[in-house]
Amino acid sequence: MECKECGPLLSRAVDGELDAAQRANMEAHLQACAACSRERDNLVALRSALKNKALSFAAPEELKARLRAQAAGQAQQGAPRRPSVPWWRGLAAALVCLGLASWSFAHFTAQSEQSVLAQEVVGAHIRSLMASHLSDVISTDMHTVKPWFAGKLDFSPLVTDFPEKEFNLVGGRLDYLHGRAVAALIYKHRQHVINVFTWPADTNVSNALTAKNGYNVVNWRQDTMEFWMVSDLNASELAELKALIQQKDAR
Amino acid sequence: MSTFGGNRTDAFERVVLPHLDAAYTLARWLTRNDDASDVVQEASLRALKFVDGYRGENGRAWFLSIVRNTCYTWLKAKNSAEAEPLLEDALPAGASSPEALVMKEIDIQLLRAAIEELPVEFREVIILRELQELSYEDVARVAGIPIGTVMSRLARARGRLVERLTRQNSRSSHGM
Repeated sequence: MECKECGPLLSRAVDGELDAAQRANMEAHLQACAACSRERDNLVALRSALKNKALSFAAPEELKARLRAQAAGQAQQGAPRRPSVPWWRGLAAALVCLGLASWSFAHFTAQSEQSVLAQEVVGAHIRSLMASHLSDVISTDMHTVKPWFAGKLDFSPLVTDFPEKEFNLVGGRLDYLHGRAVAALIYKHRQHVINVFTWPADTNVSNALTAKNGYNVVNWRQDTMEFWMVSDLNASELAELKALIQQKDAR
Repeated sequence: MSTFGGNRTDAFERVVLPHLDAAYTLARWLTRNDDASDVVQEASLRALKFVDGYRGENGRAWFLSIVRNTCYTWLKAKNSAEAEPLLEDALPAGASSPEALVMKEIDIQLLRAAIEELPVEFREVIILRELQELSYEDVARVAGIPIGTVMSRLARARGRLVERLTRQNSRSSHGM
């Protein structure tokens, strides 16, 4: 077997989908060929990484409840007609629904600004990882990063570094969120990348911790500055970083 | 002949509920969006509508194929570029550059980002094979493609992921 034949078969080989003859021919080739051997090892490593449970999601409880209700609702289509209800009960029920609806509307309109911004922030985080465009200014020195923003932004962001707690500043980047230019400070904690976006406060959103698409999003207001922190790092360690940043003066 | 005799709640519990996490995972990865819940809800509605035609052989593949098709309909409706047919891949399957690195520690978020970057037809076979652990036959059933296409797409998708991750590794060893 030659590399040309071996290459396309490697994927099937790691799935155990080759017959005995193909397997034997391939093994003989791999003994002699470092490149194909390395490719096979890479595929095995990839498959094992893909077993990581963090890549899968559990269906939200809310969805389960919605689907059950939907199925039950369909089931009742054939049910016998209910006996008639006194007219005033219907009116009372309608008023309660109306009250509930307007409360929900007000509640969810306020919620949705947080949700929309959290989604934007997660998108910015993912894009920064994908295009390998994590930093515009690569420096672990906050005295290099902070002045880099001057002239690029109409505010001076708080730049911090906590190497003793293993939250290491990695660099800074200009980003665009919520309709404006913002500063992104990038930290690394163990293998986790954390983006901290900051800009002068201009939202009505309260401090929160949410999760979107498997990422944790922590946002807060500090000295008239908005902070939005995104990472796949767990919430309690993110809270540690937040607490460290909160000890500094953001203005 | 109907398997469930018109009792939809019963049908839901047997045909949708056991596969809900898998369905939600598939929808999240295909739509890359918060709309996953809505897509799964739509799929569940369809499944219950068609459950009388279900012969009961492979519930997981049956429901996931409905979810998969609902995702594609959703992507087309959003006029998403994802719904465009897959263009010819410039990278041949099994290509390995002389500098290909062995992946020692694969960063999960890089892996996640690399999967998200894949064209949807490559992403779906990866999710179905690696995360849902479906056989080649079931991947073929769910995706509605021949087994030969499953094999070639898997090979190319994996090749792209390896290439993406080894490229990232060599970048980060040079200070990002």
